[in-house]
Amino acid sequence: MSHPQAAGEFLKDQAKAKWHDETLWFVRDKRDRISKTIPEWEDLRELASQIKDHVLSKLDSYLEEFERNAQKNGIKIHWAKDAEEHNQIVLSILQEQNCTAIVKSKSILTEECHLNPFLEKNGIEVVDTDLGERIVQFLNQPPSHIVLPAIHLKKGEISELFHEKLQTEKGNEDPAYLTHAARLHLREKFLSAKVAITGVNFGVAETGEFVVCTNEGNADMGVHLAQVHIACMGIEKIIPRRKDLGVFLRLLARSATGQPVTNYNSHFRSPSAGKEIHLILVDNGRTAQLAREKFRNSLKCIRCGACMNTCPIYRRSGGYSYGSTVPGPIGSILSPGLDMKKYSTLPFASTLCGSCSDVCPVKINIHEQLYEWRQEITKTHGELGKNLSMKLASGIFKSPLAYKLSGSLMRSALKTLPKSLIYHPINSWGKGRNLPETPQESFKDWYKKNRK
Amino acid sequence: MSSRESILQAIRSIPRAEKILPDTPDFKSQGELGVLFTKALEANKAEVMDRTQFEEWMEKNQSTRVFSYSEDFQKYSSVILPEDPHELENLQLAILEGQFGVAENGAIWLEDKELPHRAIPFITEHLVIVLNKTNLVDTMHQAYQQIGANHSGFGVFIAGPSKTADIEQSLVIGAHGAKSLRVVMI
Ligand code: SF4
Repeated sequence: MSHPQAAGEFLKDQAKAKWHDETLWFVRDKRDRISKTIPEWEDLRELASQIKDHVLSKLDSYLEEFERNAQKNGIKIHWAKDAEEHNQIVLSILQEQNCTAIVKSKSILTEECHLNPFLEKNGIEVVDTDLGERIVQFLNQPPSHIVLPAIHLKKGEISELFHEKLQTEKGNEDPAYLTHAARLHLREKFLSAKVAITGVNFGVAETGEFVVCTNEGNADMGVHLAQVHIACMGIEKIIPRRKDLGVFLRLLARSATGQPVTNYNSHFRSPSAGKEIHLILVDNGRTAQLAREKFRNSLKCIRCGACMNTCPIYRRSGGYSYGSTVPGPIGSILSPGLDMKKYSTLPFASTLCGSCSDVCPVKINIHEQLYEWRQEITKTHGELGKNLSMKLASGIFKSPLAYKLSGSLMRSALKTLPKSLIYHPINSWGKGRNLPETPQESFKDWYKKNRK
Repeated sequence: MSSRESILQAIRSIPRAEKILPDTPDFKSQGELGVLFTKALEANKAEVMDRTQFEEWMEKNQSTRVFSYSEDFQKYSSVILPEDPHELENLQLAILEGQFGVAENGAIWLEDKELPHRAIPFITEHLVIVLNKTNLVDTMHQAYQQIGANHSGFGVFIAGPSKTADIEQSLVIGAHGAKSLRVVMI
C-alpha cells in the first residue's frame, strides 16, 4: 500500500487521528523544554554528529576493535550479513540451550529482521516485555513508533485487549491498573525464561561493552534472570570510547521523551560467572547504505524518535502508514535503501519543512536526504508517471498553438472537471485541498491588453 | 568468505575520507550539586532522605523480607543472599550502596561490586540506594571520568523507579522493576 492510501485509512478515525497528533506534539514540546535547560545543547549535537561521522569513516577498524575487546571479556561475537542469518544464529543458540520460550526487550533490529514470526514458526514462544510492545504483540501488530510502540492505541482498546488476554476487569481503563496486570503476567515470563534477547543502544569499541537503555527495567529483568543473554546490534551502533557515552546519554532520552536520562542505563561488559552473553553484529543493508554517499549519514541515527514526534506528516498519518519497521522521516530515508520499489512513496511523505533535521540529536540532514531520494526515485522508476506528463507537456510545448489552446482548455476544465477526477484516490494531493480559482483570462491575454 | 569477512570487506571497499574524532569538553552543570541532584531525582518520582528520615521510615514500614548490602544498614537485613537470584522473587526491599550520583539527571552508578546479584535492583519490589553526600558529580561527562577505565562486568546508572507511559502516555510507576526508589544521603 502506498503511504497516501495508508494515511487515508488512518485518517478515517478523525478523533483518534487528532489525539495522535496532539500527543506526539506534547512529547516534542517536552523535548524542546528540556533541551533548553542545557546551555551546551547545540555543542552536544555537533559533537555527537562528529563522533558518528568519525565512526562511519573508520567503521571496519572500530568493529574489529569492538570484537577483540568483547571477546577478551568473554562475550561471544557473531556476524550476520542479513536478517535471515541473524535469525538463524538466534535459533541455533536457542537450540543449543534447548530453550523453547524467550523474553525479549525492545529491539527495533529484531523487528527489522522479523525475528518473532521466524522463531514462532520454529516452535519458540517469544514474549515482548516492553509494555507497549507486549500490547502490540497481543494484537499481532508491529510497533507503530520506535520509542512509543503503542502510541496509536487508546486505553479503551488496551483495556478490552487485556480483559481478553489477561482477564482484567471488563471496562477498567485505569493505566495503573492495566500496567500492574501486565507486570504480574510478565513476571512469570521473566522468571521462567532461560534466554533473554535485547537490542543494543551503543557498543563501545574501546572496552567491548554495550549499553542498553530502558525506563521499565525490562531488559535487565530478562537478562539477569536468564542463563543466556543474546544482544542484537546493528553494525552502526559503535562508538569509539567509553567517555563518548557521556555525549550520547545526555542527548538520547532528552530527545526521545524529554526526560533527563532513561531510568536504567545498563553497561554489559562480561557475563556473570557461569552465564553467557552472545552478541550478533548485523549488517542487513547497512553497508549498502554506507556506500551511498548521499545517504550515508542516516546511519548516525540513535533511534530517539524525535523526528517522528515533530513530523507533521507522521503525526497525522500514524506509524503504520509507512509500512516499514522504522517509520517517520528517518525511516523514509532508510527504507528506500532496502527496497526502493516497495518504499517509493515514503520520501514523498514529507513537507520538507526541515523540522526533523532541526530536532535530530546527531544532526542528520533528514529533509535534504528525503529530497535526494525523491530525485533518485523519479530517476529510476518514476518512469510511468513521468512519461505520461512529459509526453503531454512536450506535445504542448512543441507547438505554440497547442500551448495557447491548452491554457484556455485548462481554465475551463478546472471549472468543469468532475470532482471525482480531482479528488481521485490516485491524486493524493487532492485530499484536504481545493483547487485554485482559475483566472478569467490567460496571462498572455492580460499582458496583451495591459501593455501600453 | 565468512559473513564477518564479507561485511568488513564491504566496508573497506567503500572510499571514505577519515573524519576527525572530537574530544568531549568538560561541560559542567550550573548550581549546587546536592540541590540539582535532589531536584532531578524528585522530578523522576524518587524520594531523597537523610539517615534519620530513612530510619523513621524503616520503623513504620512493614517490610519483612529485606536484603541490605549496605554496611550502614546491615541491621535491617533479614534475607540471606540466595545462590540463585530467582529466589529473590518475593524480596520486598533491597538496600544497596551507590558509588556516585550525577547532579544533572539524578542517575546513580552501581557496579558488580555493589551488586551481589545483578538482578537485585530490578527484581526487588522497592529499592533503597545509600549514597555518600560527597560523591556527586556534575554531568555525565564527569561521571565517565569517575568510572574511568576500571573493569566491571556490569555497571548501571539508575535514575528512578521502574516506569512506563505506554498506555496513552499516562505515567505509571512500577512497570517491571522496583516500584519505588529512595535515595539515602549520608
Ligand atoms: S534521525 Fe535523528 S531524530 Fe530521528 S530517530 Fe534518528 S537520531 Fe532521532
